[in-house]
Amino acid sequence: MYNSGKIIIGLVLFIGLVTTPIWFNIGKADVKPDPSLNTPVIQQMKVKHCIESKQFMIDNHMRLLYDWRYAVVRDNMTIYKSTTGQYFTMSLETTCFHCHSNEKQFCNQCHTYANIQPYCWECHVKPAQESANGH
Amino acid sequence: MDIDKRQFLKIVGVSSALWIGSRLAGGLSSVFGIKDRFDKRALADAGYEVSKMLPDPKELKARQWAMAIDIRQFKTPDDYTRCIGVCDKIHNIPDIPTKQDIKWIWEEPYNAAFPEQHNQYMEAALENKSVLLLCNQCEFPPCVRVCPTGATFKRPDGIVMMDYHRCIGCRYCMAACPYGSRSFNFRDPRPYIKKIDPDYPTRTRGVVEKCDFCAERLDQGLMPACVDASKGAMIFGDLRDQNSAIRKVLSTNFSIRRKPELGTQPNVFYIL
Amino acid sequence: MIEKALYGSKKYWIWVLFLVALLGVCFHFYLLQLKDGLTITGMSRNVSWGLYIAQFTYLVGVAASAVMLVIPYYLHHYKAFARMMILGEFMAIAAVTMCMLFIFVDLGQPMRVMNVLLYPQLHSVMFWDMTVLSGYLILNILIGWNTLEAERKNAPPPSWIKPLIYLSVVWAISIHTVTAFLYAGLPGRPYWLSAIMAARFLAGAFCSGPALLLLLVFFVQRFVQYRVGDEAIKALSKIVAYAMSVNVFFLLLEIFTAFYSRIPDDMNAFRYLFVGLDGHTTLVPAMWVSVGLSIVSLAILVPPQLRDNRRLLTMALIALVIATWIDKGFSLIAAGFVPNPFDRVTVYLPTFPEIMIALGVYTIGLLILTILWKVAISVKEKTTA
Repeated sequence: MYNSGKIIIGLVLFIGLVTTPIWFNIGKADVKPDPSLNTPVIQQMKVKHCIESKQFMIDNHMRLLYDWRYAVVRDNMTIYKSTTGQYFTMSLETTCFHCHSNEKQFCNQCHTYANIQPYCWECHVKPAQESANGH
Repeated sequence: MDIDKRQFLKIVGVSSALWIGSRLAGGLSSVFGIKDRFDKRALADAGYEVSKMLPDPKELKARQWAMAIDIRQFKTPDDYTRCIGVCDKIHNIPDIPTKQDIKWIWEEPYNAAFPEQHNQYMEAALENKSVLLLCNQCEFPPCVRVCPTGATFKRPDGIVMMDYHRCIGCRYCMAACPYGSRSFNFRDPRPYIKKIDPDYPTRTRGVVEKCDFCAERLDQGLMPACVDASKGAMIFGDLRDQNSAIRKVLSTNFSIRRKPELGTQPNVFYIL
Repeated sequence: MIEKALYGSKKYWIWVLFLVALLGVCFHFYLLQLKDGLTITGMSRNVSWGLYIAQFTYLVGVAASAVMLVIPYYLHHYKAFARMMILGEFMAIAAVTMCMLFIFVDLGQPMRVMNVLLYPQLHSVMFWDMTVLSGYLILNILIGWNTLEAERKNAPPPSWIKPLIYLSVVWAISIHTVTAFLYAGLPGRPYWLSAIMAARFLAGAFCSGPALLLLLVFFVQRFVQYRVGDEAIKALSKIVAYAMSVNVFFLLLEIFTAFYSRIPDDMNAFRYLFVGLDGHTTLVPAMWVSVGLSIVSLAILVPPQLRDNRRLLTMALIALVIATWIDKGFSLIAAGFVPNPFDRVTVYLPTFPEIMIALGVYTIGLLILTILWKVAISVKEKTTA
């Protein structure tokens, strides 16, 4: 092999670079996400049920919100008919935050864990309780 | 092994190009089918029927919303600030005291609103009068024509709408708008909003914004906020409905529009 | 072939390192813009485009001007341009890259730039501009690289390159035409609303681009053995002379239409630029400098005796580049927004961070140009030695 020295140094550098995520996170505590449902509104609900089933919301909330956003802004649809036949206003503020008024203990739990930074909050106003807590 | 270095590199190159290509195609197709992004298959797998989105039954409908501003009825400063104030408040409009300011509805002297109508020796009362300006919701909006992403678009009811999620902030629409109705968020607007109304989103740094005839209120069955606050000085309705309030006002009063010669067909009429 | 960029003299490496260092400084200002937004620029609600878009416009012209070499060389077999061709094509690559970067730094939401491709709007001139610019970049990379590679191997260029070269002629015209359409199709901006805009842009491009190319060639020839040849320089400077004459002529046409018709909307922007409007005279001195330099450049370029004097030619070209830059690389955009829809004047001047970011984009362009020209000249020196 010609230039073996240079090639080996290059390979080592390359492997070092592509594995940086591992080096960066090595030894860091791995706190499991634990979204909290403990808000005053949810506490008062007799049947604790989101607009769709829990598993559906865990799996699909991002797609659901994406579709809501498209429908409200671009198709002037404002009402969502859930699979159980209930009607909800498609609004982050008036529907989602009405119950989930604890952004830090709810949304951020998983988003931080998965290192996702949704930019919702750049425009949409966080629930009042949260903003009172000093954001 | 009968592969030489050159062939090997070719194989690696072609296969990685194919891989990247297929990834790109997959990504693009899922994005192009954007309206169907609701994961119907996942829903079906989970045993759900596909749910529906509907308009609000209370929604106000029109084929072309239009507004008439009867400037004869604007007499005191309060007549203007009432309309402007309610809009600023419910839409979280920041008050930025520089040339990079944000305006949805605002006052201009008659001469600035209608520069080509500025005659010499004209009626002093009119010449010194202020006029309320807002987006004209043009029937043929140049801003929509130039927008490279469809972030600004025309709704079926004629409202020229902004999708702040999609705007890339190129400001082509601002160059295209002949009415100066658009504002760009040069900076984060939040520190400049007196009191944030949590029911309406603020905007983020780097997007263009403007008046949208209170589309969110019309969709809930409410009239635009400025119209409600104007105590009858602003008339709102369907321009294509001959029995609408706006048609009645227009058929019985002399009205003008801003720069009609440009052919944009503005939908804000001024009654002098 | 690219490895040729890795072997160079000490001066070459000092130059490259200088550019990289300068880029680092400028990038710091871009980070500032990312953090605070475009508020760090001098742009405003009334003048919503500024230095960035103006540089974009100017550089599209520089990119398109490569066609002034392509047409004589490939369509008319004018062999004197043989040693100049590749430099022009590679300059076009650097220029188009800068164009794209200038659009990018001008965006309020740069992370969303792919929305232009994800939601293509066929009615938006900006979509088409992006399409033609990317196409032009690809064409020039393919043509430049393949012809150079062929030359290195002492073989004729691949046959599929010929149709691409012919296509590139039309394509070069199209990039600047579409760029003019960005402005010329807007109602309510009388300074831009002119059918001659695209023609004016092309005339401006065909003088400023080759002028810039010649200046860069003169500069580089001080450091390398490679010579593009006197005939090529003479021919190209003749092209510059013609294009500049047409450019000035087109500007005078605009001025005649505005001032003989006496339509205020058509006159206002010119008044703002040359005498001031409503007491705003900020840009007036720069405009008269531009006029002065245009006259100087034409006075030298038109008579052959003066034009063929290398020192005078260099002066004329510098004057021309500055004059056309003031006209197209600055005032065209600043004055298009004056007066605003309310008949008021808003003065625009770029801020220091804005200038630094623009400088950063130019630095990237220079870096690309340096590397490409290094490769090209190394190959050429070897094959012709």
